[in-house]
Order: sequence, then structure tokens, then C-alpha cells
Amino acid sequence: MSMIFDRPPWPSRDAVLLGAVALGLLLLAGLTQVLAGEAVKAAASTATVDIDNFKFAPATLTVTAGTTVTWKNEDDSPHRIGDQNGTFKSAALDTDDTFSHTFAAPGEYPYICTIHPYMVGKIIVKPAGKVSSN
Amino acid sequence: MADRDEKDLLSGPNMNRRGLLKCMTWAGTGVVWTLSGGVPRTLGLIGGAEAAETPQGALTFVQISDSHIGFHLPPNPDPGATLTEAIEKIKAMPTQPAFLIHTGDISHLSKEEQWDEADQIIKSANKQVFYIPGEHDVADADNGKAYLARYGKNTKGKGWYSFDMAGVHFIGLINVFEFQPGFKSAGLAKIGDEQLEWLEKDVAGRSASTPIVLMAHLPLWTIYEQWGWGTADAGRALGYLKRFGSVTVLNGHIHQIIQKVEGNITFHTADSTAFPQPAPGTAPAPGPMKEVPAGELHKYLGIRTVNYVRGKGAPALTDSTLVA
Repeated sequence: MSMIFDRPPWPSRDAVLLGAVALGLLLLAGLTQVLAGEAVKAAASTATVDIDNFKFAPATLTVTAGTTVTWKNEDDSPHRIGDQNGTFKSAALDTDDTFSHTFAAPGEYPYICTIHPYMVGKIIVKPAGKVSSN
Repeated sequence: MADRDEKDLLSGPNMNRRGLLKCMTWAGTGVVWTLSGGVPRTLGLIGGAEAAETPQGALTFVQISDSHIGFHLPPNPDPGATLTEAIEKIKAMPTQPAFLIHTGDISHLSKEEQWDEADQIIKSANKQVFYIPGEHDVADADNGKAYLARYGKNTKGKGWYSFDMAGVHFIGLINVFEFQPGFKSAGLAKIGDEQLEWLEKDVAGRSASTPIVLMAHLPLWTIYEQWGWGTADAGRALGYLKRFGSVTVLNGHIHQIIQKVEGNITFHTADSTAFPQPAPGTAPAPGPMKEVPAGELHKYLGIRTVNYVRGKGAPALTDSTLVA
């Protein structure tokens, strides 16, 4: 969407049509979510944790409920994400592999690399709409 | 490399200058373990005629470690080739080892094709091999099920085992299934209660004069807590073993040789056959030393020969690099 509107100054007829269709789809998706009883912000949030030099960056990440967090392994060694309470666990991530998890429920999720258990991180999930991202 | 060997040997158990010179004569033949003080017993039950023919009832075996088949980045895009070189070195040893031990991280990512490649290469040595897993071998979706299905036959619990050879008692300990997460304390490996109870019983009835060889992937002493190079409950295991006159602990994991003596217990980590890792605390992280030039790589890789000779005290260890 933004790419289309960023392209100045006169959008082509095709782009306008495309934009209208996309907008319609978004509205439909939003309506579906509301009907399903989910309190979801207009656009699904995403956040990233980089794994480099055997560290999670950021080590503590605060997001709102519904955010999808993606870990990307930028190390030359494999890493594997596992949280303390067993709610999420990745496969072993080779160099450049990623793992994503959507955090629906507010709470604190301490996690480690299960291959290198001294590597620790934490995801703090706040109720949607109450906290600006950190 | 010569400097490193010399320093390591001098810091080793019962190692005087004469012992050092003796070891140096073995340079290039691989690491030979000489275990002495064992119960007299005919060799060659596993290794065949050559082992039985070694002088003075010696037991020789070779440790290889951290072959990481499947690793594909600098400084070693082909760890299969360097593992092959290690095996060729073993095959060329004038005194053939009775068997091999592999102290873990056979594969890089617990994939069948990686273990297939390793098995294919190691098979050409035509020796029995005793394996223990590294954390890279239990990284499958089922947390080690694939390793145990392949390598865990005739083992206890989750893959641990012991056996006797030439009067020496060998123990394969596994410290990659359990761990102490680094939230409030150091993040370290663990042996776990079930295995520790098994270990206590396994050694309980044995004479204190029985030489012990203890294999485990992660070091059984804390080398560098910040990188998780240690085992949280190792002390309990060592407590069961301290009454023995000769205990030799063989570890992998850290891709370099570090040794330590504690009473009758000597600890030895081993070189990898794949890639080196930095000395503790000398780099931001313990990953592969990717800056090692291709021409230098073999200086950092190696195998260890262990040689026990009856009546000669602790075993002799010879570490040799893969430099031709």
C-alpha cells in the first residue's frame, strides 16, 4: 500500500485500482477479525530479535499482544529458541534461518537458546492498545 | 602448535620432562592413551590382533571429537575432508588403536545425511567406535530421538553406558539432554539425577585400583562460565570417582586442548576435526574462528591417542594436529 502512495505524483489508473482492491481486502480482513471477537490493531505488529555473537538483540523486547516476533540467526553457529514455560520452541536454526511466534497472551516469556543455555532473552507482552512499543 | 603441545603436556598429570620427551616421540602418530594399573587382561577383544600384540599389555585407543559434518562456512567449508584426514592418520598409526571414541558433535545439525557422511568416513578405519552425543547431535525436533535411534543401541537411560577393556573401566556420560538455564545462575550443561544415580551404582562395587576413563561432551569442570563451558552437576559425578587411583576425563565441545588436574582426576578437552574455537574470553563469542586462513586450519585440528601401559601409572595422552 504505502509503496503505491509513495510513488509521486500521479498514480496510474492501475495503481489506483489496485489500491482500492487492497483497501477492500483489508477492510474485509478487519471485519472478519472483529466478528471473530479478536481485539486486533489495524495492522498486525511484527518485531525482530537478531541472534549474533551468541546474544539475543534486544535481550528484552516489549511488544503488544498479537505481535509476531521473528528471530533471525546471524551467527555461524546454530541456535534454538525455547521458552521457560514450554509455550514455544523452534527447530535448530542454521545460519540465516528464522523462527516466528505470535504472542497472543500478555505476560513475560523468558527464553534461552536450548543449544547454548547461557544465552537468555525475554519477551514482555503487554495488552494490546495500552503500551507503546519499546 | 609445538608450543601449545608442550604447555599442555607439562600441565598434564604426572608429566615430567622425561614424560614430555616420551610423548614428543609420538608426535605425528595421533594421540595414544596409555592406561596403566589396570587388571591384567588380554587385549584385542574388540580391536583385533594388532591391539593384542602391543607391548607390555598396553591399551591404545584414539579420541576424535567435534567433526561437525554439515558445517559449511569459514574456516572449513568441508569438515568431511578434514575428518577423512583424521581417519587416514589413524589408519597410518604404527600401533593400531583397539578402538575409537567420538566425544560428540558428530553432526552439525542432527541430520541423517550428516551422520551418514560421518559414518561412511569413520567406517574406513575399520574399528569399533564408542560415541556420545554433543548438543548438535540432539538438536532434532524430537530432542535426541534420532541420535538415540541410530547410536543409542545397548545403552542405558538416554544413551549412557559403560564397558571394560583391558582392565580399564570406560564410562560414556551424556550432558547434552539436560541443562541449567542461565536466567539466575550460570547457563551450564547438566548430567541429571537419573544418570548420576546410575553412575553411582555403576562404579560402586569396583576396586579403587581400576583405572577409569570418563567421556562426556561438555567439559566436566567449569572452564568458562560466560560461554557455558561447564557442567553444573559435575561435582556429584566426580565425587563418586575420587576414590579411584586414576580417573581420566575426556571431553570435546570447546574445539581446543585444555587440561587440568584435581587429585587423581585429570581433565582433557580435545581438538575438533572441523574448526577451532577461540580461547576462553578472547573473542566476543565462542563461535568458529572464521578468520583462520585456509593454509593454517590444520594446525588447529587434531586427534588424541591414549595409551595405557600396565604398571606405569596414569595414561599417556598424545595430541597431534592434522598438519601432514
